[in-house]
Order: sequence, then C-alpha cells, then structure tokens
Amino acid sequence: MKKSSARKRPPAKSSRRAFYRLRLYIAGQTPNSIAAIANLKRICEDKLRGKYNIEVVDLLKKPQLAKGDQIIAIPTLVRRLPPPVKKIIGNLSKTESVIVGLDLQPVR
Amino acid sequence: MPRPRPKIVRPSLAKSPTGIQGLDEVTGGGLPKGRVTLVCGSAGCGKSLLAMEFLVHGAVRYGEPGVCIDFEETEEKLRANVASLGFDLRALAKRKKLLVDFVSIERNQIAETGEYNLEGLFIRLAHAVKAIKAKRVVLDSIEALFSGLTDSTILRAELRRLFHWLEDHKLTAVVTGEAGEHTLTRHGLEEYIADCVISLDHRVRDQISTRRLRVIKYRGTSHGTDEYPFLIDREGISVVPITSLALAHKSLTDRVSTGIPSLDEMMEGKGFFRGSSVLISGTAGTGKSSLSANFTRAACARGEVCLYFAFEESPSQILRNMRSVGLNLEPWVKKGLLHFHAMRPTSIGLEAHLAAVHKLIAKLRPSVVVIDPITNLVSISGTYDVKSMLMRLVDFLKVEQITSMFTNLTFAGDPQERTAAAVSSLMDTWIVLRDSKPNGRPRRELYVLKSRGMAHSREPRELIVGERGLELGNVLRDHTLVTTVAGPGSVAPAE
Repeated sequence: MKKSSARKRPPAKSSRRAFYRLRLYIAGQTPNSIAAIANLKRICEDKLRGKYNIEVVDLLKKPQLAKGDQIIAIPTLVRRLPPPVKKIIGNLSKTESVIVGLDLQPVR
Repeated sequence: MPRPRPKIVRPSLAKSPTGIQGLDEVTGGGLPKGRVTLVCGSAGCGKSLLAMEFLVHGAVRYGEPGVCIDFEETEEKLRANVASLGFDLRALAKRKKLLVDFVSIERNQIAETGEYNLEGLFIRLAHAVKAIKAKRVVLDSIEALFSGLTDSTILRAELRRLFHWLEDHKLTAVVTGEAGEHTLTRHGLEEYIADCVISLDHRVRDQISTRRLRVIKYRGTSHGTDEYPFLIDREGISVVPITSLALAHKSLTDRVSTGIPSLDEMMEGKGFFRGSSVLISGTAGTGKSSLSANFTRAACARGEVCLYFAFEESPSQILRNMRSVGLNLEPWVKKGLLHFHAMRPTSIGLEAHLAAVHKLIAKLRPSVVVIDPITNLVSISGTYDVKSMLMRLVDFLKVEQITSMFTNLTFAGDPQERTAAAVSSLMDTWIVLRDSKPNGRPRRELYVLKSRGMAHSREPRELIVGERGLELGNVLRDHTLVTTVAGPGSVAPAE
C-alpha cells in the first residue's frame, strides 16, 4: 500500500527523495577514465546535487571486483541505487545518453 | 594402448595436444602452441564440447591448466558438459586446474555514452590466468559480445588486441564462432585468426545425422584437408582420420587359419593372409555367419582378440545359432577375447557407424574384426556411399594389421550379387556360398572366387554344416555356382 501512495505523489517530490549510489569502474588513469570521472561529477552536480555518492573502482588494483558487476567494458558506470540496477558504458561524454541511461529526473 | 597409432602428419611446429581421439592425428599433434585457434560451426555442432575437451584434457593429462571465459552457457550446463567427460568442474577448479568465468552480456541493455574499451574483459582474463598459471584459454563464444555491444569498430579493434594479448602471453587459445551465412563465422572472426581454423558441421541427410570436422587452415603445418567424420558420445568427441591412410600399409606375409582345415587346404594349406580383408557372400542360410563364427573361434583359440559387429542379430541370438551348429563361442566371450557389438544399421548414419567401429577398435585392439553383414548398411545409404565407407574401413584395418571378414547377403537370381561386386574389388579374398538342390538333395556350395597373392584352389566344394562345426566335402563336379559368377577377378571354373 505504501507503494501506491508513493506513486500518487508528484514525480518531482519522489526524485527529491531518491538517493543515487553510483559506482564507476575504471582501469588505471587512462584518458577515458579521467574523462569519465570528470563527466560524471559534472552531471551529478548538475542533476543530483546532494543526493548522490560516487565510488570509483580501479580494476587494475582490484581485478577480483570485475566479476561481481559483470564488467567487460571500461569505463562502466553502475547505478546501484535506486533499483533497478542500471549499467552504462563509455566515458560519459554524451550527457543526454547518461541522463537517459541512468534515468535521472530533473531536479525542480 | 600397446600399439602406437599411425601418425598421419609429421609435426613441424610446437603443438598443444587436444587429447581428442583422432584430432591430434589430423593436425599432426594438436593445436598450434601459444596461438589462437578458431573453431566454428552452426549451433549444436559440438564447438563448445571440443573447446572444453581441449581444456579438460590439457589440465588433466598434459599439465596445462586452463581458463574458460564463457559468454553463453550457464554454470549448470557447463558443469554437465564437463561431467559428461568424466570430470567434476568444481573439483578441477579447487585443484587449480580449470577456472571458468561466466560473462553475461545483457542484450541491448547497456547504454553507450562515449568511448570505451574492453579492458574489463582483459582484466578478468588476466586475473583468472594468473590465479591458476593457465597455459590454455577458451573463449566460448566471443561473438556474444556483438549482440551486447553496438559499436563494432571498437569491438573489432578490441578483438584484435585480445588475440594479440593471448599470443603475447604465450597462451594456447580456442575461440569459438557461430557459422555465418556466407562467411565461416557470423561476425567474420576468421579475419583475425591466422594460424588455425577448424570447422565443424552437423548435417542431416535422409533423417540420419552426420558430424564432420575439417581443418580449414593451419599455418606452418601440412594437415589433412578432408572432411573427417566425428562422433559425440559419452566420452566426448572422437574424430576418424581415415581418408589419408590409403595404401600406406605394408602387406604381411603371416597367415591365419580360416578355422576349417579343409578350407585352409584350398588356400595353400595356410589360410588367409594376416591383415587381409575377406568377403563372404551368399544367399540366405548358406552359412556366412557360421563361417565367420568359425574363423573367430579359431582366432580366439590362438589367444587373439576378436571384435564381431552384428548388424542383424543380437549377440545372444548369434551365440544360440552358433551353438546349434556345434560352435560354442560363449567361453571366449567370458574370457574377454570375443567381443560382440550389435547395432541397428538404421539407428545412426554411415559415418557414425564408421566412427563407432574405429572407436571400438582403438579401445579393444582386436586382431580379427567381423562385420556381419555389410548388406544392411546398404539399406541406409546408396551403394556408392557404402563402398566409400568400406574402402576407408578396409584401409584402416589394414594399417592396423587386423584381419577382417565381411559377410554379404545376396539374393538368388540377382545377376551375381550387385552389392558384392561393388565392394569385392576392395577385398583380398572373396568366398562365394550358395545353396543348390541337384537331384533334389539340398546342399551348400563354397567357392574361393579370388584370393590375392596366393595360389588358391578354384574348385567348388560342398560346405557341410554339422553338429560339430563346419567342414568341406568333396570337390563338386555338378556345381551350379561358378557359371553364374562374373565379378571382377573371376576365373574360368575348374575342369
């Protein structure tokens, strides 16, 4: 029942409540990795200010973590929260694709 | 295995044996060491099994641990595959012999937001290789990447990098690919793989399936380019490397008894040449099986191993029938010298029969093989196909120095036994049986139509099937046999 009452609320309000937990997989300080980190920070500050957390995982240091999130491509960004888990790849330079891919609703 | 199997191709490069029966012979010792081999074919052709056998045998027999990056199958399926080869995936992983990493690529669920590479895959592979000091790698099937990732320019560049990476790390790798419509693989993997490409095929003709393997290229090695039939059974894949064997065998001068002293008499008193092929043709009930059984019994009595392929009757039926003519074969079965193998000719295709025959011969190392009768094989294929299969089988048996006996059922009135004529040229000895009823008394007639390399008797004799086995009666003067015989190598009847 809680769910249905949540649905009745205006979308802006629900997005204000959502907290984004993001994990970015990189492999060393390559140009794509550096670009991805910068792009991600910019988009998050713009769209999710105060409501996100970014964890950067360098697979060169922790290769065993690649299996868990089924990482093949680098960089890969995983939206761990809110559910469902979403995965996008690339250096996040195409802002529109990132917004669509992460399902980021604009903050009002 | 006491006798070494004949090598077809001499190795010229470092090879990694696959441990798959026949494949290592076709490739002259295995796959190119430290290189990438592409195994391609349509769905269900046995690619994954071949790749897995390469890994498992490598780990268990050749001390080369292996890593499998599996893009398609689930752990359940893969474990079942490995279990079918007689190994436990988890136990192998525990012993650091084999490691599997399952890569799942959600189809079209990954948004692409700019440049990327497949470093994640490289890291996983490198991590697994390092963990067990792997020497072999399988990527099955790497083409799954194409369904998950859309940027094929990046993908192709990364594949090229991946294959170079494998070679740089001196890993012997097998990459599988799905057959394409006009290309070997759907995404043209063959463009990246220069060293070795093997194609598998599974075709169904007249509702009978046949599997074939072909080495399309193998840089730096001469290899058999023919299609080789192969079999998938409980023990995995076995390939039959036959066509390239032709005429390499040496003739033996040893003789073996036919099991009937009076028949030996007709053949210089010594019987057949060891390693020769004998055809016994005749109408129904003339004693073809009895003659073969008699021959097998004599071989068993010498302590030799015999393999009897029965395409018509069950082993128990044969044993019972033979007992009724005074041939008790059971003791030899119990002693482990006589092996029966009954098969329905229509249950599998000709090539599969051939493969099954090869496999059993490799396992039992018999010195005598009986195929009773070959006629039933004709029912599943044309005469031409049977002839070509028998040709390869006869060649193989000769190389292995196995004396072989084939029976062939013919029909009265058939203008001397068309099937017999088709295959008789492959045979060294041809014995014709026939029944007749001169003066109302039924009798069996036996005639040695040909026997290469010896001065055999050309006189027809009566074959007497009694309670105490077979023997030959007097020379027949009033025979009906010879006049109707007009096959190759036929001679004028004795005066």
